[in-house]
Order: sequence, then structure tokens, then C-alpha cells
Amino acid sequence: MTTTGDPAAKPARPGKQRAPQRPGDLIFSISAKAAGVLILVILAAVALFLIVQAWPAIQLDSAELAEEVHWIGEAQSLLDYVGPLVFGTILAALIALIIATPIAIGVALFISHYAPRRLATSFAYVIDLLAAIPSVVYGLWGGLWLMPKLYPVFDWLATNLGFIPIFEGPAADPPRTILTAGIVLAVMILPIITAVSREVFLQTPTLHEEAALALGATRWEMIRMTVLPFARSGVISAAMLGLGRALGETMAVAMVLSPGLLYSFLILRPGQQQNIAANIALKFPESSGVGINVLIFTGLVLFVITLVVNMLARWIVSRRAEFSGAN
Amino acid sequence: MAKRLDIKDLNIYYSDFLAVEGVSMAVEPRAVTAFIGPSGCGKSTVIRSLNRMHEVIPGARIEGSIALDGENLYAREVDPVRVRRQIGMVFQRPNPFPTMSIHANVIAGMKLNNKRMSKKQADEIVERSLRGANLWNEVKDRLNRPGSSLSGGQQQRLCIARAIAVQPDVLLMDEPCSALDPISTLAIEDLIGELKQDYTIVIVTHNMQQAARVSDRTAFFNLAGVGQPGRLIEMDATEKIFSNPTEKATEDYISGRFG
Repeated sequence: MTTTGDPAAKPARPGKQRAPQRPGDLIFSISAKAAGVLILVILAAVALFLIVQAWPAIQLDSAELAEEVHWIGEAQSLLDYVGPLVFGTILAALIALIIATPIAIGVALFISHYAPRRLATSFAYVIDLLAAIPSVVYGLWGGLWLMPKLYPVFDWLATNLGFIPIFEGPAADPPRTILTAGIVLAVMILPIITAVSREVFLQTPTLHEEAALALGATRWEMIRMTVLPFARSGVISAAMLGLGRALGETMAVAMVLSPGLLYSFLILRPGQQQNIAANIALKFPESSGVGINVLIFTGLVLFVITLVVNMLARWIVSRRAEFSGAN
Repeated sequence: MAKRLDIKDLNIYYSDFLAVEGVSMAVEPRAVTAFIGPSGCGKSTVIRSLNRMHEVIPGARIEGSIALDGENLYAREVDPVRVRRQIGMVFQRPNPFPTMSIHANVIAGMKLNNKRMSKKQADEIVERSLRGANLWNEVKDRLNRPGSSLSGGQQQRLCIARAIAVQPDVLLMDEPCSALDPISTLAIEDLIGELKQDYTIVIVTHNMQQAARVSDRTAFFNLAGVGQPGRLIEMDATEKIFSNPTEKATEDYISGRFG
């Protein structure tokens, strides 16, 4: 490096008093800034593309829309069309999150605090492998293997818990329902939630764990007093990462769910809901003109939902930052 | 409260490595016993074996016996969790639970012991413990602030308050002042002087002046060389150890000739 030599050899620059810049620092700071800016540019470009492409559909009124796009009914506005899709997207993702998060936390705790070290390493590796499976494969697995096995369970739910509105029967056979889609999605998002949670659990300071143990906490009490509170924000971030994946998942949902466009909480019946991404994938081949603009508009809505979910997650995490242990 | 500890033929291992060998000593109730010695001599290892915290480390185990008022803490049927509820511990670095308020930190141990506690009871315990740790006047107006908002010395006194809230039989302190400034150290040392009225106290310290100031009895540990197990060289009344020790090694150490 040229500027790291004897400072006395360099005459002081008149005017501005600045510490000498080392080229390594300069290169790093420029490339880091560039990477940061690039992300913003890409995000803005995607948003712009979605808005521009969705615009032709946005400006049409419902009569024109029905005329241009054959799968949009009479007297249906764009929002009437996208509403049930938003509902279906969120419902499927929520089912997946409700199923996957507790399991992921359990698995992560097992790996980080219960399993013998050698078993834990290989176990963690197997969980990570789950994340490498393409979603088409999950779709095939869900449709061909899981579905026949789920029917008896769903049937039991409909028969015995049918008085709870969401479990109202009769259960469909094959169960191409949103609950099936939610379960497949849960398996898909399990590895990411597990992996992130495990990392966070492992970062709990030994100091705090020992403080709890020395007070006479059992292992579970120690986990409840130190590990879980310490990891709280990390686990929420992990769940949100999983939620993001579940919201945008296309193939697995398209392959197991029989679509419908209703605001329906009936999770054991087919033909009730659909998610945005699967809808785009299924409708795209048969669409042209304004139809494509409508689909892109639904993509824009999905984009906004994901942004809102992430902002919500950040807000939840920051609310108790003072108690997070980061200070 | 305040029970005696009898250690007999204690060998302590980390997996196959013998870290401490052949320690036998008696720790008197209502007195301060200081462990001194050079780094690596096993004094922290011994103190951690007194409340069965040693075995928290994978592969760690002991041989021999440690008895609390005659009851062997390492007997087969003894639950280590129960031992730790009777023998409290303060660590080298202050470690209040960062996710809990000052109030919640103090009663954390009580909550483990007995889940149901009225708000009034809890407040009484918090006040009593914080007063016992000479911290009450400094924090009484901000009990709902996180424990990590306090200064290092205050955090350490909070940890002491947390340890004495459950009224343990013995209080172990593993270099409690090594991360603190002299003023906070003085505050903790004064506190130790008060606490010994009620508790059996064992303190590990690197600071010989501190051992001389606070303790009634002093145990000197040493090791023959790197990789050798630590041993108890000599234990006696503190004045005797610091004025006229029996062993040459002790004299060399306290006079600063090594270590």
C-alpha cells in the first residue's frame, strides 16, 4: 500500500485536514456501498415493473375488465378479483406457520440443547438438506404420497371436530384442500425456521445459562429463562423468513390445491381458496393482453403483502429491543 | 441457613484430564473462606464443584465427596438442581438476565422454587434482597428497568441479591470483583463482610489483598506445572497464611515471588 508509509514523508495537504485513506478501506467501503445501493435499485426496479405492467388493468372499470378477461366475472372489479386470492395466500401461509413454528423451535432446541453433540451435527445437516429439495418435488410428494395418508385424519377431524366452523365437513377425498397445501408448505419452511432458530439458540451467552442453572433451574427452566427470551427476536425473524417463503410458494400449492375464489375458512373442503403465486402460474398460459396485466397486478399485491409482513416483523422485534440482551 | 461444607479426597476431571487432585478441607459456617492461587491451579474448578455446576460442562465429573452439614451432595439420589437451590453462586462477570427487569431478576430464583407468590410477597422479597445487597437505595425507583441498564458494580450486586433472595445455605463467589472498578469492589467487599453474619461464603480471588481483607480462612492452591493437577497446599486462618504460612510455596506466592 502506498499511503501507509512514513507520514512525515508526505507534506500535509493544505486546507482540508483528513486522515490518509488507505486503498483497501476505500475499495471495501465503495464495494459495500455499491452492494447496498444495488439492492435498493433492484427493489425499486421490480416495484416499478409491477406498477407499470399492472397499470392497464388498474385503469379499466369492471365492465371493460369482464369483457377483456374471460375468467373475470361480470360486475367484478379488480379488487373483487384479487381479494379472495389475498385471503387464500395469507390463510395457506398462516396454516403453514402455525404448524411449522412450534415444530421448528422444538427441533432447533433439541439440536442446540438436548442432543448429544455428534448426533446434533448430523441431525442439523439432515434438516438443512430439506431446504435443498425443489418445491416441485414437494408438490409431487404432497400430491401422491401425503394426500392419501391425510384423508383419514381429515375425515376424523370433520367427524369429531366438525362443530368448529373451520373443520366443517364432509372431508374431501382426495383432500386437495388448503389444509393439505398448508401442511406441505409447513414442511417446506421447516428447515429455514429450524436453521435460523438453532443458530440463535446457540448464541445464548453461557454466562446467562449458567446464571439460571446456578439458581437451581432445570434444563427446561433454564431454556425458558434465558434461551427463549434471548432468541425471541431471532425466532420471529426466522418465522417471518418462513412466512415469506410460504406466501410466495407456487408449485407446491398449484399441485396440491384445488382452487377456488371464496373468502372461506373451510380448510377441509376443496375448491374454496387459492394463493396468488399458484394462481399466476396456472392462469398465465391461458392469458393474453389485459389478462396478463391483471395477473401482474396480483403479483404487485403479493409484493406489498410481503413488504408489510417484513415491516411488521421488524416492528415486533424492535418493540422490546431494550430487553433483548443486545445492550 | 449457613451450613458447613466438608470436602473429602476430591478429584475433579474434565473428561480424562485430572484438573484437581486430592482436596480435603472444611468450610466453616458464618465465615468467609477465600481460595487463592495462581491461574490454572483449580480454585474455580473446586468452587464450581461445590454446587455441582462443574458437571454442566460435557465430560466433567468428580471423585470423592462433598458434604453439606453431613449430607453428601454427590450421593446417587441427590438432584443437582436441588443442590444449586441450596448453594447460591455469583460469577466472575455480572450476569443479570438481560430480558428481565431488576425486579424479575431478583425473584427469578424464588419463582423456580415456588411458583405461586403474591405480588406483596414478591415485593417484600425484592426489597429485602436488594437491601441485603446494598442496592435498594440506588434502584428502588426503577425496578422495572432492565437489569442490563445498571453499571457493572450494580449488576454484580444485583446478582448477589438474586443469589441471596432464595436464602441459600452457602454463597459461592467466583472472582466476583475481577470485572469491577475499585469503588464497586469496595462496595462488594463491605457487602461480603455483612453477608457472613448469615451465610457461609466461599470466595475465589486473584487479589491477595482482597483475600486478606475479607476472609477469615484462606486456602492456597498450587500446581506443580502445566498439565499437572492442582492441589490444595495449605489452609489456615487468614492472618496465619498471610503472616506465617507453614508451607514454603505459600510464602513464595503471597510474598509475590511467583504467580
